Amino acid sequence: MAIAQTALSNHGRVQQATHDPRWLRLLMIGTTVAFIVLFLVLPLAIIFREAFRNGLGAYLKSFQDPAGWHAIKLTLIATGISLPLNLVFGVAAAWAIAKFEFKGKSLLITLIDLPFAVSPIIVGLIYVLLFGMQGWFGKWLSEHDLQVIFAVPGIVLATIFVTFPFVARELIPLMQEQGADEEMAALSLGASGWQTFVRVTIPNIKWGLLYGVILCNARAMGEFGAVSIVSGNIRGKTNTLPLHIEILYNEYNVVAAFAMSSILAMLGLVTLVLKTVLEWKVQQQLRDTLEPTTAEAN
Amino acid sequence: MQLRLKQYSPLPGFGLTLGYTLAYLSLIVLLPLTALFMRSTSMTLDQFWQTIVDPRVLASYRLTFGTSLIGALINLFFGFIVAWSLVRYRFPGRKILDALVDLPFALPTAVSGIALTTIYAKNGWIGSLLEPLGIKVAFTPLGITLAMTFIGLPFVVRTLQPAIEELDGETEEAAANLGAGRWQTFWRVILPTVLPALLTGFALAFARALGEYGSVVFISGNMPMKTEISSLLIITKLEQYDIAGATAIAIVMLLVSFLILLSINGLQWWLSRGQRKSV
Amino acid sequence: MSIHVENVSKTFGNYTALKNVSLEIKDGELIALLGPSGSGKTTLLRIIAGMEIPDERDGSGIFFHGEDVSHRQVGARKVGFVFQHYALFKHLSVIENIAFGLRVRPKATRPSKKEILSKASELLNLIQLEGFGNRYPAQLSGGQRQRVALARALAIEPRVLLLDEPFGALDAKVRQGLRNWLRRLHGELKMTTILVTHDQEEALEVADRVVVMNQAVIEQVGTPAEVFHSPASEFVMDFLGNVNVFRGRVEKGRAVWGDGTVNVPGLQTSSNGLANVYVRPHELELLRHANGSPSLAARVNRINPAGSYAKVMLTANDGSDLQVDLPFEQFLELDLQCGEDVFVMPRRVRVFSPDYEI
Repeated sequence: MAIAQTALSNHGRVQQATHDPRWLRLLMIGTTVAFIVLFLVLPLAIIFREAFRNGLGAYLKSFQDPAGWHAIKLTLIATGISLPLNLVFGVAAAWAIAKFEFKGKSLLITLIDLPFAVSPIIVGLIYVLLFGMQGWFGKWLSEHDLQVIFAVPGIVLATIFVTFPFVARELIPLMQEQGADEEMAALSLGASGWQTFVRVTIPNIKWGLLYGVILCNARAMGEFGAVSIVSGNIRGKTNTLPLHIEILYNEYNVVAAFAMSSILAMLGLVTLVLKTVLEWKVQQQLRDTLEPTTAEAN
Repeated sequence: MQLRLKQYSPLPGFGLTLGYTLAYLSLIVLLPLTALFMRSTSMTLDQFWQTIVDPRVLASYRLTFGTSLIGALINLFFGFIVAWSLVRYRFPGRKILDALVDLPFALPTAVSGIALTTIYAKNGWIGSLLEPLGIKVAFTPLGITLAMTFIGLPFVVRTLQPAIEELDGETEEAAANLGAGRWQTFWRVILPTVLPALLTGFALAFARALGEYGSVVFISGNMPMKTEISSLLIITKLEQYDIAGATAIAIVMLLVSFLILLSINGLQWWLSRGQRKSV
Repeated sequence: MSIHVENVSKTFGNYTALKNVSLEIKDGELIALLGPSGSGKTTLLRIIAGMEIPDERDGSGIFFHGEDVSHRQVGARKVGFVFQHYALFKHLSVIENIAFGLRVRPKATRPSKKEILSKASELLNLIQLEGFGNRYPAQLSGGQRQRVALARALAIEPRVLLLDEPFGALDAKVRQGLRNWLRRLHGELKMTTILVTHDQEEALEVADRVVVMNQAVIEQVGTPAEVFHSPASEFVMDFLGNVNVFRGRVEKGRAVWGDGTVNVPGLQTSSNGLANVYVRPHELELLRHANGSPSLAARVNRINPAGSYAKVMLTANDGSDLQVDLPFEQFLELDLQCGEDVFVMPRRVRVFSPDYEI
């Protein structure tokens, strides 16, 4: 990917070559700020405004709802299960794709990108089609007294579907860029496959891995549409946090709805911060890979 | 010459990793999607057709498609301005604004949904300003469009930024040297170069908006024939146990999304033929 | 450890990288695989290392000291491989890079932590980087990284050292220094070493024997003197050193030169026909007046006197361009000027043609 390298070398040159007249620059910057404030800052601000509208007391009271805590717990469970699974998947897929040449590779990459093209509602729908009462496995499940839809497993599955590309998509270009030379060197020195992976590959991808995990986490905790369908929306039993927020809002329990939202908003902000930091670290690692050797004195 | 599926490599773990990857993919993605398409065949073609041309369904298509398109177009225009400013200019707070662009990704859609609704409702921050002018935002297609814009914002900006960063300052200098004005340079040199990224971002924003639910459903008001988006219609049908109907609508939406995805890939491939980027 | 490569071929899809290549490498020698890109030299090296497997053919194999290692894994072959771009472990310090091969040994054969560190330190001294142990690859120069890569490979006490264009990415001066250093090191360790390079100067300077490769086959194997002064094929003659080529003729076993014919060692007296006549610039003489021996009339175009040899560029009266290298004293004696007409005489020619060689 020439992007990382040219971005670094071009920045200085382009800065000098900025021909945009001052008035244009001001106009563009002004528009940018206005646009971002209008569409992004405002929503963020209002979450906190509404949450604290009736003061700190009312804010804290919102968290005394047991249904709310249950929702938080369920969100954490769904995320806690899908994260490690997607992590392993992401690493496995990136290893297979980045270090080997085989037919069908681009098809595989497209398939991994699939969840981005499928609406979350449709995701929920297809799991209902599989595991719902009238679904393919519906009868088998009810015979064995197992429930997927309207129960935790369904929520976990839907969460996995919408979040599994994140780690893979981050690792694949990173590992492709890094090549397989270091792994080859380790093998030639007598390391086993596993030793090579742990001692050589993982240290090189750790920031990318973390980055993917952060994105995966944010999405998992915030997933709404898909979970909405498979969970059945039973308050106190199968509601994740976003679903619970919906219920509170529809009941005009505005303060509580926004109080709960503020947690997710803060999580969102933390995600943004971590994302920016990790992005920089990953670029740094990429830079080390591309760096030409400096030939000074022996 | 042997036809080899995979080139030899002494690196281990291919079978294991590929196997796990394929198994995971099949279970999570392929199997469920197959179920969807199989289910659709259980309906007769006639039933299928009846479902998707029902006036209420058609109205939802028009609404969803229209608002997504306009939202994506807004993002196309403003997204370019934002991406350009963030890459080319230095100003205080630039880094913060840059990080904020990803907010629609980081924030749960439901949270965005209620936040947007609150802002644009009659007594909201902006809604109250527009109300005296006779402009209603919440519970109208206008509000839906704004939500669509919100959700698609990062796509255009984030796909454009690397493309703008990669622009060789020298080609712009050359154009200026040859006498081109700034606008001409933009129109003839800059725009064609970033066009693939621009169109990709547009298509991504469009596809994402089409399927969006959480951030839109609160502000839309959900009045059938007027402000009912297709995703909501699917849920409604499900609640009525009309699984076949829900499936039919879903398939249409899915096909459109796939078409958009395919056209992105096709477009990228076609445009990069002429513009081979050398490493 | 001696290495025997027997009838090895390698194809990648439609592309043939190696065609029936056989090679015998003696224990302890430093051999260079020399050739242009695409000649197959790196492929051959990687096959010896076990990083590629040759096509399955009857009678093809790789033997280390008589043992068939064709189906043995990379790690089990005990080869020290030095990569073109070093492939140092970026996240490990220099000393840890060197110690890597020892640390990953199975418990049974692994030396104690103390031993590992002492061995690594020893190697650090060998490559003259004492005190650099705690630095990281990013903090080293290209030449230093290369030496670390070498030490890392040596740490596992390999049976053979394989170097893939090790000095390609370095400045000329650094390259020269490392070449000398490698030669000295080889003298000390006496380990069988195979060096892949496209730089003929490097191969001729460093190696005991040179294997000249071109387009998937071996053109010639010999000492540097042999391949340079007695090239076996047109390609070898052309690839090594400078050369003047004339599209000429052979008559009755002698090459036509200017107004006469000259002897070509090894040519049959009955040979006739078109031929390419090769002469090296330093094997030509310049005279102001013809002295009876066959000579080519030519005009001096340009003179480059900077160097131990003066390079004189001329155009012969049949239109061909040629270069003559004269020892500096001789050049001064002649006192040549541009535009002068002179006569060129060969001391030695070689003839290569489609029908026959030498």
